[in-house]
Amino acid sequence: MESVKEQAFQEDKVKILSQFLSFKLGNEEYAVDILSVQEIRSWEPVSRIPNTPAYEKGVVNLRGDIVPIIDLRERFNLGNLEYDNLTVVIVLQFSFQDVTRIMGFVVDSVSDVVAVDSQIIQNSPNFGAKVSIEFINGLVEINERMLMILDVEKLFKLEGIDDNGDTESDKN
Amino acid sequence: MSIDMEQFHQVFFEESFECLDAMETGLLNLDMGAVDSEEINTIFRAAHSIKGGSGTFGFDNVAAYTHVMETLLDEMRDGRRDVTQQAVEVLLGSVDCLREMLNAIEAKEPVDESRVAEHKKSLETELNSAQSTTDESESTPVVQEAVTPEPTVAASIEASVLASPVVWDIKFVPHEDLLVTGNDPVRMFRELAELGKLDVTINLEGLPDNLDGLNPEFCYLAWDLVLTADVGKDEIDDVFAWVEDECDLSIVLRDPVVVPLNNTDDTQALVLPEIVAPVQEVMAAAEEITEPEPTEESVEITDETTVIVAPKEKSAEKKKAASHTASIRVDTGKIDGLINMVGELVIIQSMLSLAGENFSTDNLDRLKLGLSQLERHTRELQESVMNIRMLPINFVFSRFPRLVHDLSLKLEKKIELKLVGENTEVDKTVIEMISDPLVHLVRNSLDHGIEIPEERLKKGKPETGSITLAAYHRGGNIVIEVKDDGKGLNKEVLRQKAIEKGLIADNAILTDKQIYHLIFMAGFSTAEKLTDVSGRGVGMDVVRRNIQELGGSVEIDSELGVGSTMSISLPLTLAILDGQSITVGDETYIIPLSAIVESMNMEEGQINHVVGKGEAFLLHGEYLPIIRLHEIFNITSVKSSNLIEGTVVVVDGLDGSRCGLFVDELLGQQQVVIKSLEKNYRSIDGISSATILGDGSVALILDIPGLIKLSNQ
Repeated sequence: MESVKEQAFQEDKVKILSQFLSFKLGNEEYAVDILSVQEIRSWEPVSRIPNTPAYEKGVVNLRGDIVPIIDLRERFNLGNLEYDNLTVVIVLQFSFQDVTRIMGFVVDSVSDVVAVDSQIIQNSPNFGAKVSIEFINGLVEINERMLMILDVEKLFKLEGIDDNGDTESDKN
Repeated sequence: MSIDMEQFHQVFFEESFECLDAMETGLLNLDMGAVDSEEINTIFRAAHSIKGGSGTFGFDNVAAYTHVMETLLDEMRDGRRDVTQQAVEVLLGSVDCLREMLNAIEAKEPVDESRVAEHKKSLETELNSAQSTTDESESTPVVQEAVTPEPTVAASIEASVLASPVVWDIKFVPHEDLLVTGNDPVRMFRELAELGKLDVTINLEGLPDNLDGLNPEFCYLAWDLVLTADVGKDEIDDVFAWVEDECDLSIVLRDPVVVPLNNTDDTQALVLPEIVAPVQEVMAAAEEITEPEPTEESVEITDETTVIVAPKEKSAEKKKAASHTASIRVDTGKIDGLINMVGELVIIQSMLSLAGENFSTDNLDRLKLGLSQLERHTRELQESVMNIRMLPINFVFSRFPRLVHDLSLKLEKKIELKLVGENTEVDKTVIEMISDPLVHLVRNSLDHGIEIPEERLKKGKPETGSITLAAYHRGGNIVIEVKDDGKGLNKEVLRQKAIEKGLIADNAILTDKQIYHLIFMAGFSTAEKLTDVSGRGVGMDVVRRNIQELGGSVEIDSELGVGSTMSISLPLTLAILDGQSITVGDETYIIPLSAIVESMNMEEGQINHVVGKGEAFLLHGEYLPIIRLHEIFNITSVKSSNLIEGTVVVVDGLDGSRCGLFVDELLGQQQVVIKSLEKNYRSIDGISSATILGDGSVALILDIPGLIKLSNQ
C-alpha cells in the first residue's frame, strides 16, 4: 500500500498533467486551463454597452447573472469574422481575492480537451515589440501543433477594471 | 469530547454584540436621580451573558474583563453603590472596550492589551473609589485592587484586604437532580482550579446504603473543597452561580484576617470563621511580604502611574477590516408567511401540471385560472422575499443616543435626541449605507447647528437643544429627517463663502434651495468647519454622493435662528425599481421612473438652437437642454435623428438640473429587478445597472445624473 502510494507520488513528480481546453482563432490554436472553464455556449445576441472598446461586445443574461462577452479575435487584433453556427462563447470564471468574476469569450470554434504535462510548457519566446504576447502564458506542442496557453487572469483585466474594485465611478 | 467550538463562535459574537448594544442603551437610559433597578438588571444580565459565553469559548480576557464590570453593576443593583454619571461613563467606556476586544477576537487578531488594561484600570479605580464612600462592611472585597505591601491587621480588615495566603473552605452538597439540570461538577471544579490551588475531597455519605435504590441520573456525592487562591468570595460564587438553587453551598474563608461580611443579603450560608491566634497571621503576613505573588492584577497596580495611551483610530480601522459573514435576523412571522406561500405555489404547480397532462380545449379556463393564480403568488412571494431584507430603521437610529450623549459632553452642549418612527422598515442595504451619512448629518447638526447653552438662553430658546431623527414612508420612498432647533443656515454667509471659493459667480442668482445645496459641494464643507468634531474625513459632498448612489436625494430646509431640517429621501428597496423602458435604435434602456418628470413629442417651433449646435426647448418657462441618447451612446442603428419624430423624456438629475432626453420610442412601464454590472464587468458612465427583461435579454438602466455629466463633457 505504502509503496504504491510512493510510486504514484514519484510518477506525479515526473509528470504533472493539467487539462486544457483548446480552441481556434483563425489558424491559431489557443488553450485555457480547463478548471477555469464554466461552460461553453453558442453565440447569442448581446446587449451592447455604450462607449466601450469594440472587442467588448456587450452583456448577456446567464441564468440571472449579467455577463460581459469579449470577442477574443478583436481583443488579439486578429480581424473580424462573421459569427456563424460554429461560433461559440467560452464562459470562464476567475477568482481574485474572494471575488469570482464570470466572462464570456467569443472564439471561432472549440477543438479539444488536451492533457499537458506542465513541465513541457515552454515560455513564450520574445518576439520583440511587434508581437504582443501579454496574454500568453506559455507554448506547448501537441500532435505537432503549437498551442498557446492563455493567462486567464490577464484576459479578465479589462480597461477600467481595477483590482481594488473601485473603478472610474470614484474618480468622477 | 471534542466538539468544534468554532462553529458556535459566530452566534456568540452576534449575541455578544447584541448584548453590548443592550448594555449601551440601558446605560444611556439610566436616570441619575431615580435609578430603575430593572434597567440595571438588564445591563447586568447582558454583561453576565457575555461573561458566560466568553468563558465557555475560552476567551478568558473577555470573561475576566466582564467580571470586573459585573462586580460594579452588582453593587449598583444591590443599591450598595450610587449610580453616578462618572460610573456610567466608565461603564460606557468599557462597553466600547469590550466591543473592540470582541471585534479583535472575531477577526482573529491580537487584542490590544494596553487599551484593555487602561479601561480595566479605570473600572477598578471606579470600584475602589466607591469603597471609600460606602460602608466598608457592605462592600465586596475586591482583592486585586487592594493588595497593599504592608498588611497590618487593622488596616487589612478596614480596607478588606487579603494579605496572607487565602484559603477557602467550600462545602458543596449538590441536590440529587443537579446532573439532570445539565450541570457538571467537574467543570466547576476545573474552573475553581484555575483560580488557585484546589484540593478536592469527596464525601460519600449521601450514597444510598442499598444500591438497588440507586438512580443513575441522581447525584449522591458531595464534595469538600479547599481552595488556596487569592480571590474574593464573589469569584467563587460566580463559579457556582448556575447551581445556586440546586445545591447546599457554604463558602468559608479559613484565614481569620478578613471576615467577608459582604453579601449580607445573600441567601447562602455564611459561617463565621474561628479565631486563630494572632501570631499565625503575623507570620503569614511576613510570608506574603517575602514572597509576593505577582498576579496579573498586582502588576497592573504597579503600573498605575504610567498612563497608557492607546491609538484610538486603530480600532476603528480594524472594525472595518474585520470581515464576517453577513447574516440577518428575520422575524419568524415573515418566514411562516413565506412557507405558506411556497405551499400555495406547489399546489398551483401540481394543478397546472395536471391541466397540462390531459390537455384539451375544455381545460383552457382552468389553465388560465392557474396561470393567473401563479402570477399573483409569484408577485406575493417576491414581495415577501423582499420583505425579509427589510429591517426597522432602528438598527441605524439606535446608535445615535450614544453618539449624541458623547458629543454633547465633549462640546459642552445640552442636547435632547428624539427618535420618531424607529420601526419604519427599510432594506438592509439601505440601512448599511445610510448610517455613515446620517452620522455625519447628526454630527453636523450637533456641532454647527445647536448653539451652546448660554447663547441659546440669550436668544430666548430653551437651554437644551433638540435634534429629531424621524423616519417615515412617503410613496415608494422612505424619508429620514434630521431636524435641529439650532441657528440654521445663513444664506448670506454661504453665498459669500461660495463666491470666495470661486464656486459660483459674484452675480449668480440662486434660489434658497440652491444656496443650501452649496454645502454639499466638494471643497466647501471643509472650509466651513472650524471646530471639526467628526474627523472622519466624510464631507457633505460624500454624504450627498452616498445618498445618490442609493438612488436617493437630500433636501435642506432652514430658517436662520430657528433651525434646519435635512430630509433624505431613499427608495425602499434597492433590488427592484420602477422603470420606463425606451428604445433607441435596436437597444432597449430603462429610465428609473423616479427620474422622469414628463415626456412629450416635440413640435417644429419648440426647438431652439444654441450657438449652432446645442438644442434647447422651453418647458414651464425654463429652457432645458436636449440630450440625444443615440449621440452619447454612439448608437448607429437609430431610427431617426429628427427631434420631431422621436420622443423627449424630461428627466431630473437629482441636483435639480433638468434636461430632455431624446429617444426613439417609449415602451411600457414595468418593475425591473436590478442586476449589478460591476459584479462581472465594470461600471459604465451613464449606466447605473442592468436588468433582465421578460424575453431574457439584458436591458441597461440609465443613470440620469451620470448621463447629464457625460453630456457636459
